[in-house]
Amino acid sequence: MFTVLLAIGILLLLALIFGAILGYANVRFHVEGDPIVEQIDAILPQTQCGQCGHPGCRPYAEAIANGEAINHCPPGGQATIQALADLLDVEAIPLDGDHGTETAIKVAVIREDECIGCTKCIQACPVDAILGAAKQMHTVIADECTGCDLCVEPCPVDCIDMVEVGVTAKTWSWDKPQGIAASSINIIATDRQTEVSH
Amino acid sequence: MQAPQVFSFHGGIHPAQNKAQSLQLPLGRPSLPSELILPLGQHIGQSSRSISKVGDRVLKGEIIAINNGFLSSYLHAPTSGTITAIEERFIAHPSGLSDLCIVLSPDGKEEWTTLNPLNTWQTDAPEDVLAHLAKMGIVGMGGAGFPTQVKLQGATKSPLTHFIINAAECEPYITADDILIREKTLELVKGIEIFQHLVNAENVVIGIEDNKPIAIAALNTLLNERGSQIQVAVVPTKYPSGGEKQLIQLITGKEVPSGQYPADIGILCQNVGTCVAVHDAILLGKPLISRITTLTGDALKSPQNVEVLLGTPVTHLLDYADSQEKKLHRLIMGGPMMGYTLDSAAVPIVKTSNCILAATKKELPTPAPEQACIRCGMCEQACPASLLPQQLLWFSKSQELDKAEHYNLFDCIECGACSYVCPSSIPLVQYYRHTKSSIRETREANVKSDLAKQRFEARKARQDAEAAEKEAKRIARQQASAAKTASAKTAPSTGATPPVTTQPTAAPISDEAKKLKIDIAIAKTKLKKRQKELLTAQEAEHLEEISSLQLQVTEQETKLASLEKEFSKIPVANTAPTAVTETSTAVAKAPVSDELKKAKVDVALVGVKIKKLTKQLDETPDNQEIKDKISSLEIDLIAAKAMVEKLTSTSISAPVTAIQKTPISNELKKAKVDVALIGVKIKKLTKQLEETPDDQETKDKIAAFETDLIAAKTAVEKLSAAPSEATPSNHTAEPKAVITDELKKLKIDTAIAKASVKKVEKALKKAEEIQAPEVDAIRQQLKEAQQRADDLEKALANPDALQLQPQSKENTEKAAAPINADADKKHKIDLAIAKAGIKKAEKNILLLKEQGKDEAEIIASEWPAKLIEAQAKLENLESQPSPEAQLKANIETQALSKTTEKATENADIQADLAAQIKKQKIASALAKAQINKLAKRLESTPEEADSIQQEIDATRIKQQDAETLLAQLIQSKDKQENH
Repeated sequence: MFTVLLAIGILLLLALIFGAILGYANVRFHVEGDPIVEQIDAILPQTQCGQCGHPGCRPYAEAIANGEAINHCPPGGQATIQALADLLDVEAIPLDGDHGTETAIKVAVIREDECIGCTKCIQACPVDAILGAAKQMHTVIADECTGCDLCVEPCPVDCIDMVEVGVTAKTWSWDKPQGIAASSINIIATDRQTEVSH
Repeated sequence: MQAPQVFSFHGGIHPAQNKAQSLQLPLGRPSLPSELILPLGQHIGQSSRSISKVGDRVLKGEIIAINNGFLSSYLHAPTSGTITAIEERFIAHPSGLSDLCIVLSPDGKEEWTTLNPLNTWQTDAPEDVLAHLAKMGIVGMGGAGFPTQVKLQGATKSPLTHFIINAAECEPYITADDILIREKTLELVKGIEIFQHLVNAENVVIGIEDNKPIAIAALNTLLNERGSQIQVAVVPTKYPSGGEKQLIQLITGKEVPSGQYPADIGILCQNVGTCVAVHDAILLGKPLISRITTLTGDALKSPQNVEVLLGTPVTHLLDYADSQEKKLHRLIMGGPMMGYTLDSAAVPIVKTSNCILAATKKELPTPAPEQACIRCGMCEQACPASLLPQQLLWFSKSQELDKAEHYNLFDCIECGACSYVCPSSIPLVQYYRHTKSSIRETREANVKSDLAKQRFEARKARQDAEAAEKEAKRIARQQASAAKTASAKTAPSTGATPPVTTQPTAAPISDEAKKLKIDIAIAKTKLKKRQKELLTAQEAEHLEEISSLQLQVTEQETKLASLEKEFSKIPVANTAPTAVTETSTAVAKAPVSDELKKAKVDVALVGVKIKKLTKQLDETPDNQEIKDKISSLEIDLIAAKAMVEKLTSTSISAPVTAIQKTPISNELKKAKVDVALIGVKIKKLTKQLEETPDDQETKDKIAAFETDLIAAKTAVEKLSAAPSEATPSNHTAEPKAVITDELKKLKIDTAIAKASVKKVEKALKKAEEIQAPEVDAIRQQLKEAQQRADDLEKALANPDALQLQPQSKENTEKAAAPINADADKKHKIDLAIAKAGIKKAEKNILLLKEQGKDEAEIIASEWPAKLIEAQAKLENLESQPSPEAQLKANIETQALSKTTEKATENADIQADLAAQIKKQKIASALAKAQINKLAKRLESTPEEADSIQQEIDATRIKQQDAETLLAQLIQSKDKQENH
């Protein structure tokens, strides 16, 4: 009887000790898990364009966290959908055409001599990328413009154009090689060599 | 001089040299082209900022563009001429894109601007020398075009072990550095010495491939002549030994860690071309306006090296070297390994252009078609950076950017060795370049999206702040307008609890009173409205609104109170209808002096306060503090009334009512004033006491004053006996019986005794709490006080012709049998006494137990019995003032108009009974709990069974007693209510 009690006692003691250690570790090494909304929000392109039907990227991130489809973000395009699919471990689906199509990166440009200085675009810009004052000409800070399109609609004189951001020598990048498929006709190099010699 | 040790690096290839072609002819100097095209971005970093305008005439060496930020460079006019355009032109870039260029039309005069050599470079601070270099537009001329001053700044931060001059020139075809060394040996060495002066490295080594024997010989000769410490390390020919990291490894045996710079391991590397440029800049004051470029390739009839002005179009050079248009298949800027194809020959030579390769189709055939990777591993063998090209290829193909980065893609120097050896002709480097671009793009997109997010959030925060500010302003405006309308009304006084709605309407009121009443009504409505608003605001959690509304509510309350105060001035008699009957309604009508008014206001105010407190007391019947307050206020009331009376009598010239016909003697007045004064003093002291409840001195003083007060009151009563008799009509509600002065006095004495008992009791409690040694002394005191109170009580009972012998249990039996109204009352008092006694006994016994005394001691101490008795008496006394407090208006009447006690007593007893029933119930519950506890103890400690059993029995008796009492109390209460 005593042995049994002793065994139980020891086990109890061990349980208490380890319980205490675990409890301490839980408090001491508590990791604040990165909330999923933050992670989703980090993937979204932050254009704040509202094409997804939400007032900004964060609300859409919250909606995705609550189960909304991941393919409602045209500015992010397929790359964003892929990243979201990887993060959420769901299937990458094609972009939902109802919300718009993936287009090249654009910036808003105000035709400055037509601007009447109504400040409506300034109020519409979600990232404060338009500079100007009432009855003064406005202009877009191109570096800050996310190309969200929201300033075009309110302009009473339609003097805002969405212009594609061209590739400069600084932003240019090498093309991806065409790969094996493109050159599969000439798969035997000696064939080509013969051609050359002619 | 002994040649330094040379190490080796991993991988590398040995492509055909093809260097001899361009070394056949001496260094050529082409003629001036028709225009010079000077791109603003000839270096790594921010493009230069043009400071010249179209049409400006510039001299050779004049600054035409300045640096644009830290990582940027100056640009100078290569020759004198006119700026004809600043526009987009095709530039030498793999993309074939155009960029902003300054186009200069030479005038052929080669007119130099003033040259500013830095002759004091040896004594100047290094910073000044670097600034001079920056102004001279010096950038690394090996290929990258890194601004030299920036590179030097990084290198001068920590001491250098090696300063390596890169003369390896490993890429096939290129001989520009070879020629440079041969032609400008002295300038090179002098340039190196300037660098060495700036960085002060332990070892200065020129790294040169062994395929340049003439250059090596020239260098050695000169260095020997000068007795220089500069070493020449001849490295074997192997591509890419000219890579910075590879050369460092060759000469020092150290590898530059991934993601770090040579400066991090104490090494600085500079190209020979840069050294010569530094020499020119410092010693000659010439900016970087020209360079040596190799023109080679089978498409050229006379391949050679040329010293060419920056901005010279490639076409001009091709013409110079007799290019054969037909044979030219590919025009390459740079070497065959790392160069890129030029789409247009119109592009200009820039600071980093070291070679123009005009290759024929045979020389540089179209790359063979890409085939599947056979995993031969030759790329890995060739990689000079010890990477895994095959893995990187997979990741690049599948766009797994993270993994590619993890496999150190960014350590790839894009040397092309892997592509060169690949049997499947896979353009590996192009894959890597593409992947690198993708990663950079992703990073940039992330930076941009972060910025957008930041700006979006900042905007949101700003908008919220603006909205909040607007709201605050709106509230402020509202408040201001409310205050404006309010100020049109009246003035302030107290606040907190709203309305005294029971303003009498029966009494005739003056016009003023009417007006005030209306004002009060308005104020009340407003207050209600504000309170409603506040409530909604609290529900909606509008913090700012809440605080502002709270302010408004308080304001309204203050206003209301002030209005009420003013109103109460007028119908004073009505606010306290049972009090001051002598002065009642007629007084209101009669023109009274201001003083009288004031006094009356005081009376009214005190009355209101008492009412309020009584209400509170109803809610919390055990709150001793409120009771005390009420009694003090009552005293105030008396004083105030006395004042009123006095003033009324002095202003009696005005018409008065029948009631006031009874003249009040001056003596009476005086006495009343005394009463009032003492009352005020007591009040003051009571306040002090509230703040410092333990101040024994204050308590003593209060007791003394109370005695005085009683004396004064007695005097007043005596004097006013006659007038009071004359006014029976006003007391229709009161019984006819009259209490004698003596009785009254006795009652007051009893009250005092009671108070002192209470005081002592409190002290005792405290002492017990802190286990003070004087507990016994205090108990003795308590006993005495109780004894006194008991005596007084007896005396008080005597006039009623009823013998009161407070004892515990036996008396309770008697108490249950009331005969008439008086007897009933007496019995009930007895009942209460008995109950309290039991309670006290319980307490003390418990206390003794807690103190660790055993049963025998407790019994021996006789505390139980004693305390039962004493406490019973105390309770009896207590039972009187407490109802007094609750019904102070009635008591007021008693005190001043000497009516009988009976009605009061009845009410008293009813209230008292309720409280006592409660107490009794608690006592019963306590006893039960104790029994339970003891029973448990009995189980656990059977050895003490006897003593515990005794205890249980005793407690049980107590409990039974308590229950009996409770039953009796309930019974009597019912009876009382039936009455």
